[in-house]
Amino acid sequence: MRSPRRRSVRGYADVAGPTASGIVEQVEQQRQRLEARLASVGTVVAIASGKGGVGKSAVTANLAVTLARRGARVGVVDADLNGPSQGHMLGVLGQRLGDRADGMTPPEGVAGVKVVSTELILEEGMPVRWQGPRTDRFVWQGLSEAAALREFLSDVTWGELDYLLVDIPPGTDKIGRFLDLVGAPDQLLLVTVPSRVAGAVVTRSAAQIEEAGVACALVGNMCGYLSEDGEAILPLFTDGDVEELARSLGLDLWAEIPFDPAFGAATDGGSPPGSEGSSPTALALDRLSERVEHAPGGRNADP
Amino acid sequence: MKFLCLECDEVMAFAEREIPGDGTLTAVFACGACGREMALLTNPMETRLVTSLGVEIGGRTVPEQPFQQTRTNLDGAREDAFAEPDEGDSARGTSRVTWSTEASDRLGRVPSFVRGMVKRIYTEYARERGIVVVTPAVMDQARTDLGLEGM
Repeated sequence: MRSPRRRSVRGYADVAGPTASGIVEQVEQQRQRLEARLASVGTVVAIASGKGGVGKSAVTANLAVTLARRGARVGVVDADLNGPSQGHMLGVLGQRLGDRADGMTPPEGVAGVKVVSTELILEEGMPVRWQGPRTDRFVWQGLSEAAALREFLSDVTWGELDYLLVDIPPGTDKIGRFLDLVGAPDQLLLVTVPSRVAGAVVTRSAAQIEEAGVACALVGNMCGYLSEDGEAILPLFTDGDVEELARSLGLDLWAEIPFDPAFGAATDGGSPPGSEGSSPTALALDRLSERVEHAPGGRNADP
Repeated sequence: MKFLCLECDEVMAFAEREIPGDGTLTAVFACGACGREMALLTNPMETRLVTSLGVEIGGRTVPEQPFQQTRTNLDGAREDAFAEPDEGDSARGTSRVTWSTEASDRLGRVPSFVRGMVKRIYTEYARERGIVVVTPAVMDQARTDLGLEGM
């Protein structure tokens, strides 16, 4: 039997200079491109939850419209690549992205909100599918999604924006992926509903966000509904309490938004009302936008 | 990733890349001191893993284009997702590059989802070399020079 050849080989860190392919340098260029693009954005606001079905996307669309109607320049990135909805909600479905050397020109939807979403790119009814070998997709699929999200942020000619809202998909891992990509957003809103199950997932998300050293605030959605006589807010869920959740997590509760079927239908139909009108839902959104505007990074940030 | 020539203790440099079109990739690295060459061969899954990072083994021959990863790797995209770039966009600077009918026909066979990006790369290639008309021969030469397999 041959005895193994022993020799001293220099390790990676011992070999000075860039790699032959410049992989590290290429990744660094991507990061710099992202930073340069976001330099013209005043405030990045991530809207996340960890839990699905709590209304993150509807909150995102309505907050975007509310801020825009208050005079802010607003863009929305639909980071939910596999379950996109901002194209529908902000009324840009069927519009095209302008293909220019300096980046993609985003379409403008309701109230002039600029939008990028896979809904603008995919054929209707088609799922997101990446080209590549049919086996072992799990190895590279996450990387492809991360690359697409990076491009949604860095390759779009957002121009000067006061707020860039990012609709983060369900899953606590998706929050981590976004934080890895962008670093700490100026504001991070955790959306929940008053149910114990949702609260349990949001608690995990809050722990992950705290580990990353990022500040966040809680937003309660579907916090009751308006009675038929319009006199009272009645509970939709009976086993959870958003205020109690905020207290237990040590988070500020920025809004408790009641459910309003007409509001939901308008949002799904591509006309999010935002804070228009005087319904409890509209008033809650108005308060939420007020908090965003006065929080660190906001246009009217408190000194 | 670095390749070290053990005989010379020198870092090997990237020499050439081949993409046969079956998902595999061949990248050749050479030692600048002794000339020894070695080939890195990746299977389709490994190739895809690297391209998913948005990087190119051997380095970039052309700058990364907007949405390059998304539009070269996404299946089921809308043909009309992107509006064609206007003339002003593809004719930066003072030198104007035009396309022959044959080259335009060939470009027309490229899926519209990536057409704008491909046109920009060829136009820029021509402009940098003082070529005023893009012809199929220019496109072939650009593919070879820039390693644009599949474009």
